[in-house]
Amino acid sequence: MTDTTAGTADWSCPVPLRDHPVVVMGHGGGGALSAELTRHLFLPAYGGETLGELTDSAAVTLGGARLAFSTDSYVVRPLFFPGGSIGDLAVNGTVNDLAMSGAVPAYLSCAFLLEEGTELSTVGRVAQALGAAARTAGVTVVTGDTKVVDSGHGDGVYVNTAGIGLIPEGVDIRPQRARPGDVVIVSGPIGRHGIAILSVREGLTFGTEVTSDTAPLAGLVQAMLAVTPEIHVLRDPTRGGLAAALHEIAETSKTGVVLDEGAVPVPDAVATACAFLGLDPMYVANEGRLVAFVPRTHTDAVLEAMRAHPQGREAAVIGGCVAEHPGMVVARTGLGATRIVDPPIGEQLPRIC
Amino acid sequence: MKYIDEFQDPELARRLLADIARTVTRDWTMMEVCGGQTHSIIRHGIDQLLPEPIELIHGPGCPVCVTPLEVIDKALEIASRPGVVFCSFGDMLRVPGSDRDLFRVKSDGGDIRVVYSPLDALRIAQRTPDQQVVFFGVGFETTAPAIAMAAHQAKRLGVRNFSLLVSHVRVPPAIEAIMRSPHCRVQAFLAAGHVCSVMGTLEYPALAETHKVPIVVTGFEPLDILEGIRRAVRQLERGEHRVENAYPRAVHPQGNPVALSVLREVFTTTDRAWRGIGTIADSGWRLADAYRDYDAEHRFEVTGPATGEPAVCRSGEVLQGLIKPHECAAFGTACTPRTPLGATMVSGEGACAAYYRYRRLATPRPEEAVSVD
Amino acid sequence: MCLAVPGRVVGIGERDGTPMARVDFGGVVKDVCLAYLPEIEVGEYAIVHVGFAIQRLDEESALATLRLFEEIGALDEEFADAWARAAAEAESPPEEENR
Repeated sequence: MTDTTAGTADWSCPVPLRDHPVVVMGHGGGGALSAELTRHLFLPAYGGETLGELTDSAAVTLGGARLAFSTDSYVVRPLFFPGGSIGDLAVNGTVNDLAMSGAVPAYLSCAFLLEEGTELSTVGRVAQALGAAARTAGVTVVTGDTKVVDSGHGDGVYVNTAGIGLIPEGVDIRPQRARPGDVVIVSGPIGRHGIAILSVREGLTFGTEVTSDTAPLAGLVQAMLAVTPEIHVLRDPTRGGLAAALHEIAETSKTGVVLDEGAVPVPDAVATACAFLGLDPMYVANEGRLVAFVPRTHTDAVLEAMRAHPQGREAAVIGGCVAEHPGMVVARTGLGATRIVDPPIGEQLPRIC
Repeated sequence: MKYIDEFQDPELARRLLADIARTVTRDWTMMEVCGGQTHSIIRHGIDQLLPEPIELIHGPGCPVCVTPLEVIDKALEIASRPGVVFCSFGDMLRVPGSDRDLFRVKSDGGDIRVVYSPLDALRIAQRTPDQQVVFFGVGFETTAPAIAMAAHQAKRLGVRNFSLLVSHVRVPPAIEAIMRSPHCRVQAFLAAGHVCSVMGTLEYPALAETHKVPIVVTGFEPLDILEGIRRAVRQLERGEHRVENAYPRAVHPQGNPVALSVLREVFTTTDRAWRGIGTIADSGWRLADAYRDYDAEHRFEVTGPATGEPAVCRSGEVLQGLIKPHECAAFGTACTPRTPLGATMVSGEGACAAYYRYRRLATPRPEEAVSVD
Repeated sequence: MCLAVPGRVVGIGERDGTPMARVDFGGVVKDVCLAYLPEIEVGEYAIVHVGFAIQRLDEESALATLRLFEEIGALDEEFADAWARAAAEAESPPEEENR
């Protein structure tokens, strides 16, 4: 956001979060608050160009090899939900962060933070799910750690994983590379993970169950790269959903994004649950989807390759990258008007009005 | 018939728009009262599709916007107390009080829970008898019956650890206040459909007659809103000022009689301050004396210092369409969507918040900027 | 305000002495309080707000409203301005109106 406010210009580290001097839930929500925390508190403290790129995974060179390196912590509640568990998320989330730089994920570390009093059988089920997800994703857990916190100081089980993978020759996928003229593709229907979780919390039941879309995407990415290494940007729209992912790309690349709202695939049950809870599917989390910015000339071939892969069967073109309104995402509505898709500020809450 | 998709049809929307364009001969300013309608208008971009002469002013019909600072501060105080489980609709968590919001209270250790229905809060109280469970009852006439039923049931079932912080508001006194404003620009109202589902339409003919203003009861899907506008324009062009029901599938003139009788039992009419507008006589409901034991203000004895609105904020004038948001000195500096001062910046659909976002599009205008394919 | 959603009553019961319904919102099913619509029947549609059915939806008048919208297009014969022209170009063939 270059021209937005007079307010942000005078913000200085380390106290930019003037309206929230303590940590609030929104700081972990993947929206504007998360971004600010990273930009204004962590970045200045750590320094370093690689971190400054703020990609899902860092691309580093080590001994001549280009590696992708990433870490993520998982604090989902409930631990087990329709379509998966915290174990699946801990593998797929980190694997997908690596895959978004085009890497082939190889090794994971895995740390468990356990709350005193948690049933060992619960920990066992999480570990089983994690192991199975790793095998599916083709990665190996090679190191780990366990800590226990006092009863009441944790939510049963927290998991942190870190992963590394190899970036193939000639691949350079970064949000900075989005260009006007790029076509925006999403790999499948959006909103399933967030709604699966919310349905448990809100006591919603579905005629046909809405299950989390949690899945590893590295295979899909390699199938896309087999068509052309010239894929500009990949992003997995997790917390904050499609809106947050597209915003980050638009901001980082100083381009605009225009969506055709009707082209964004949303499952019926997700659309209904969102209408019911007052949510917008564009902001709902996904755990097995990616959005790609692809040069127009390669669109058809990439789309075809995606649709031939199990994780991309319902891939769809949803919009494009433009030179106008840099840093902003706008959507063309069903009635032919346009609206601004705001960046999410914090977590989305059910509303009544 | 699913009552949703049918009323979003783009082809029928074009016909309604064409009819509006055919009918309109001069400038008209109308207000949609309800925040839900504002949401729908912005969500579907209806304001961009209307012919130039029609101006929509986004009204005060959003509980998030209009709940006065004083009540928010009381909520924050009660929610901060030990042993209190404070339940609220999700909307209210981000509304700033004088120095913080409910998110902040939660991060300081307050037990704040987002519930979908006030009955969910009552059930929490039944399950945790050693905690004081408070529900934050805000909203218009649509929401009030649900809050009333929670109070009614708490009394009937003897749930002593349950209470309500009530700040309900009513639409007709707000319309009256807006029309009485000496600089009022509003020439027609789209009345809130779901408010009328509960209350019926019998409160409105006197308003339409007194102020010579067309009032069209309007639904929430795009076609409903366009039909409300179409009928309002027809009346304006003919010089009429009637109450029309453009949402007959969900609104009967008598409203919902069962809900009305419970509302009469549980609530009493009271003066109410509206954020950004000021106090409007008889514009709110509070718990009736028979329900005093369930009134959180009484139970927790919160009186609190009277908190005033920020003096610099001109949201009241914006609400009435008297000034554009950027004409306020605080706009974009002291007052932004992240640090809102007044009602119209608090809500994402408020005029100031919407203006703040769209200003960033600058030139070219949004419709011209779209160049995909 | 007033996010209220239409749903179809698929079952009727009771909780704590209050009539309740299972309501299907296009595939999402939720328990809803029927205290204010005690006479609604299974198969009928209601508008639901914060867990309460607040009004029955009337199919007859919904269909009448939609018919009215269709007719508005059919009357569209003489016009001069761009809005009406744009609408006319997108107009469906006349037999559509008689479905």
